Amino acid sequence: MKIILNNREEIIAPENISLDELIKIKNFTFKMLVTKVNGKLIKKDERKTTIIKKDDNIAIIHMISGG
Amino acid sequence: MNFYQIKKRLKYKSVGIAGCGGLGSNCALALARVGVGELIITDFDIIEESNLNRQYYFFNQIGEKKCFALKENIEKLNSNIKVIAFDKKLNPKSIIEIYSDCDVIVEAFDKAEMKQIIIETVLSEMPGKPIVSGLGMAGFGENNSIKTEKIGDLYICGDRKNETSDNLPPLAPRVGIVANMQANQVLEILLYDSK
Repeated sequence: MKIILNNREEIIAPENISLDELIKIKNFTFKMLVTKVNGKLIKKDERKTTIIKKDDNIAIIHMISGG
Repeated sequence: MNFYQIKKRLKYKSVGIAGCGGLGSNCALALARVGVGELIITDFDIIEESNLNRQYYFFNQIGEKKCFALKENIEKLNSNIKVIAFDKKLNPKSIIEIYSDCDVIVEAFDKAEMKQIIIETVLSEMPGKPIVSGLGMAGFGENNSIKTEKIGDLYICGDRKNETSDNLPPLAPRVGIVANMQANQVLEILLYDSK
């Protein structure tokens, strides 16, 4: 299905997966992440229960130490 | 817009800067130079000699609180600016208390955990408030890997990959580039805001 991930259109094979699974499939490796689905912030404990649908707009942002 | 018009608009704007390290100190000074009317700065840390490789402090300020030393440095540069300094470790509650009235918030922490706390707090509890974050700036070189991306009200400046480590220290040039990109993004937000 087609989704928008980090401002880019992407096709992912599995349908109706959770945000948590998407993070694993796309290999986001940093420990600290901020995630949004369709503009709404999804906290860590909600990622397993948040299901990704066709055309969803998803942001997965690595938190990177340094400043 | 000429500089007089820019200054006139910025005079009535308030920018919150969370963290007074490499990002916060350099970003604050850039915003002070162009004349942002009010800066609200927060940090609980003390200046150490090792900070001077990138942070806007001086040798004689070692041992001072960063928030108060930064206020002093800003006021030396531009005494027309109102600087409100908090000696505090921020948490979701105090982020809301301190930064609710700002026009824009600059995330200027060093630790990933704190970056996550403020980004999540602003996005979930302060809808519509722009936040400008610095993500990825350790090391040197690779100028062209540093950029800005907008995701809703969140603006991200940085290379999005270089995390600080023993072999990838944060250094003045790249930290300064990102801090000034944050300041530049803040100006764009403030000056295009018709209010």
